[in-house]
This record gives sequence, structure tokens and C-alpha cells, in this order.
Amino acid sequence: MTVLCLVEIADGSVRDASQRALSVATALAGSAGEDVAAAWVGSGEAVSRAELSAAGVGVGYAILLGAGIDYAPLAWARALAGLAGVAGPVSAVVAAATDRGNEVLAHLAAITGQPMAANCVSATRSGPDKIDLVRQRWAGSLLEEADLDSPLALLTVAADAVAAQPEASPARAGEVDVRTYEPELTDGDLLVQATESADRKAGVSLATARVVVGGGRGVGGPDGFAVLEELADLLGGALGVSRVVTSQGWRPHRQQVGQTGTKITPELYLACGISGAIQHMAGCQGAKTIIAINTDPDAPIIAKATYAVIGDLHEVLPALIAALKSANQTS
Amino acid sequence: MLTTVEICVCVKRVPMVGGSIVVTVDEQDVDTSMAGFTVSPHEECGVEEAVRIVERLGGSVTVLTLGPPEAADQLRDMLALGAGRAILLQTDGAEWGPVATAAAIADAVGSRGSAGPGGRPPGAPRWDLLLFGNEAADTGGYQVPVRVAHALGLPCVTGIKRLEVDGGSERIAAGREYAGVQETFDVPLPAVVSVKEGINLPRYPSLPGRLRAKRAPIETIELGAAPVEGLNKRRLTVPAASGSRAEVLGSGAGAVPALVRVLDELGVLR
Repeated sequence: MTVLCLVEIADGSVRDASQRALSVATALAGSAGEDVAAAWVGSGEAVSRAELSAAGVGVGYAILLGAGIDYAPLAWARALAGLAGVAGPVSAVVAAATDRGNEVLAHLAAITGQPMAANCVSATRSGPDKIDLVRQRWAGSLLEEADLDSPLALLTVAADAVAAQPEASPARAGEVDVRTYEPELTDGDLLVQATESADRKAGVSLATARVVVGGGRGVGGPDGFAVLEELADLLGGALGVSRVVTSQGWRPHRQQVGQTGTKITPELYLACGISGAIQHMAGCQGAKTIIAINTDPDAPIIAKATYAVIGDLHEVLPALIAALKSANQTS
Repeated sequence: MLTTVEICVCVKRVPMVGGSIVVTVDEQDVDTSMAGFTVSPHEECGVEEAVRIVERLGGSVTVLTLGPPEAADQLRDMLALGAGRAILLQTDGAEWGPVATAAAIADAVGSRGSAGPGGRPPGAPRWDLLLFGNEAADTGGYQVPVRVAHALGLPCVTGIKRLEVDGGSERIAAGREYAGVQETFDVPLPAVVSVKEGINLPRYPSLPGRLRAKRAPIETIELGAAPVEGLNKRRLTVPAASGSRAEVLGSGAGAVPALVRVLDELGVLR
């Protein structure tokens, strides 16, 4: 039996979220003595074989959709459904819980009439047609332990809750057997297709920033963010804000960190004037270290942060910026 | 040509959680004894989007939910935002899984036409647009819209934060961001679209809107017991906190030297 993992690729590499999906796929396969195969849309050379091999992948399927077709969610799902028949008995299909991964697996679930478990944190086989899994609810503020009963288990993996580096699998550290697969598609499968506009935004992306400086209600208003932006620039990081800030219209929604905004995974999240509601913490639980600056020593975020400074951000941040600038000048 | 736009928005009643989530003693549900309820944020934006489209082009907005009798409160909140008609698929309060939820919604919208004057003759349902939130705030299943689309044979796009509907076309442009790049889907109507918060900033309901909502009828369809699904919850747990409370570095500007030391140790100084 085979666990098939849909991987999203960029510039010849497996995207970070898909590496995390591969690590759950590998663990699931390992729990049942099954193999892991990877599938991607693109040519056989589109992805690094060394990366696949290191992740424990034995066979790779390059899905060829035809000239000019990139992302077509239903066509991707149709290809996976077809592959499940071609790739030998497939017991599970795993993808990253990205917009694409969730969407494609939902289509696959509808096509095959099988249940789907989104945002899984772990999965092990507990019996024939049965998987024991843990998945996120409330974007990770709550965990659900569940049984998935299905001959074709469909799972997406929560990127912020799973380690990227899968355990090395020495048995597989070698050649990846890459095969091409051309699914039979109808016009209907290609009705919905993405066209990309090339306006990749300049600056540090919130989702991948190493440092995020966050501002909440305590910033006080739209004019208070200059000091946070200056600090973010000094640290080579990005500005993030809480939901109250975007619903007040102080900052654009694309800067929101939270369950309904962006999920971040920085080395450091410096949360300034943010109380730490569930909605917000769901977006920053992937941060390695959280430092909270807050006037209220009893704010929920103080219980969840690694370090805290009790005080007004408008007093602390200018002093911090001055200290960093003078250190830069002397070094 | 699209003359008016007939829209149905599906919403979900979810607990309002603030600083923490508490699980019931039997570990099966979120303890809501101290909580209020609200509509999932993505879906409130879906209603706002629908109301804006209909204000511009004409047509009607229906809101639909599957939930306990109390979910009528959330339908009234959405009527106050500007929806014109409300349908409640009433359950006994037990949690419905995504497969059964999608089937019940598809059944209801497939058999019940839009309310607007632009609708087709009785017996021939017409919806131009079925709007959903991208995922429910509580269960986060990410699949009901797609399953409904398949059941009704409609095209579907999800995670949408930009929607262009114009009166001269029977197609829409729906956009979202993928890995820092804007991607756009050109989709023929009728279609299923799931949206995310950020597509708009929902208005506050007006007083006349609230008054109208209070008196508005709610069409209720009673459902049976929740069907059994392949994904079965055993228990809910709150993830263990990473540690105890934060280490306090100090107060006010006096904490800056300690703060700089920590930033240095973390290797984030440049």
C-alpha cells in the first residue's frame, strides 16, 4: 500500500508547507509499513530528487496537465483520483493545508465520496481502513482526536504545527523513481483555472518573515504604527497586526496575524499592545519565541509569551529603537 | 446577460471565544455556558459582499444556516446587515459533519429558488451565486462549499479575497493571494465561491435593519438526527501551553537593556 503526498513546488524545491505534509505522510506510512509516493503538477525535472529522497519518497509522479495549464483545482483532484488507481493500492492522500491543498483534497473527497480531515497534526494507522489522527479546530486553539474510517484517507496537514524536517529514512536515501502521469481530463475539469498576475509585492512577506513586530489595540490608532514599522525595518522583519486593528480600519487586512488572517512562523514575534485573544494566538502559535509588551500584567498574552515587558509600547519601543541604533553605530 | 443577481450565503453559528477556550467535562464540545454566539467571520464578510453586489446590480440576498433553533439569532443578525430572506435547516443541536452538512445544504438550495423578482418561474431554482466562508471558525473542515458545488454540478473557487461581478457579464473574476502572488479565477455563473475575511469590512447594522430583522419570518426546515460520518471525533483537548507565564524582563523603558540582550541571544539583531 502507498501513501500519496501532493507536493507544491517552487523554483525546483518542495514548498515548506509540503515538506511538513511529507513528514506526516512518512509517519503515517511508517506506522503501517507502507511506502510514500509524491505527486506534483509539472515535469519530472520540476522538483529536486534529493529533497524527495531525503523525505523518504520512493516514487514520484509528475502530473502533466497539458501546455499552459498551471493551477486548475478540479483537474489536480481528478489527476490524484486517477493516480490512486495507477499508483498501486493507495491507502491515503496527504497534502499541505494551504489554500491549494485544502481545495484540491476537498474536490478529491467530493469526487471519491470519501471523508476528509483538514489541518491534521499527526496521523497513524490503527487498523484496515482506519486512521487515528489529531487535527486542529479553531485554527489550532483546540485539538480534536478523531478516527477516520475510509479505504482512502484524505488528510491535509497544518503547516504551523508540524516540524518541517522529516526523520531521515536511510532505507530510502537513494534514487527516487520518477514517472510521468497524464490524467484524462474533460473541459469541465479545466473550467476553473488560475491566472497569475506578476505583481509580487516588494518587502518582507508576513508569512515567511524571521521577525514580526505586532501591534494591537494598545497602539491606539492609525497614527501609532510608525514606531512599529521603524522597528520592523531595523530588525529586517514585517509588521503584523491584530484583528481589532483591521476591523477598525487602522491597517489593511493583509497585515492581520490570526485565525482569519495570516499564520506566521517567525523566530521572534514581538507583540506590542496585543491582549492575546484566541483568534490572534491561533495565528502566531508557530512563532519560536514571543515577547509581549503590554501595560496589563494580567493580559492573556503574558501567559503565552516567553518574555514580557510590562509597559506602554509608545515608551518602550522608541527607547528600544534608540538602543539598537546606537549599538549599530558603535559596532 | 445578468440582469439581477440572486445570491444565497451560507453561514454558521459559532461560539464567541475571547482569551481562552474551555472544553466540556465529557470532552465533546466547547463549553459555551459563558459564551455568546456569532457568525463565523469569513461568512459575515460573505453576507456583506452579497449585500454590496445586490445594492449595485439589483437582485436578492438569502442567508441560510444549518444549526439548532437558536441559530435563528444569527440569521437575524445577517438580515440586519441587509439580507432579505432567511432559511434555517434546523437540527437538534448535535454537531453535523461536513459531508452531511453539504448534502443538506445542496438539497435545500437545489430545491428552493431565489426570492428575487429576477428568479425563474416557480419550480426552476435560480441562484447566480452561492457564497460561503472559506472555513468555519470552529470546526475548520474546509470542504462544505466544494462538496455543495459537486452536488449541484457548479464550478467552485475557494479562499477568495477579491470578487468582481458586473452586470454586463455572466462571468465573475475571483482573486486570492498564493505565495505572495495574486491569482485570479475567471468563473462562469452560477458558481460556488468561498470568501475570506479581508474581502471587505462589514458594516454595522442600521437601526431600521435591526427592526426589520426582528420581525422577519424565518423559513424553517426540520432535519433529522445528524448522520454518521467517516470522520469521528473522540475527544477535544486544549493544547498544552508552552510553559508557565512569561519571564518578565522589566517595566517600561527600563527593560530595554534586558530586551536588547534577549534579542541578541535570539540572533535577530542585524
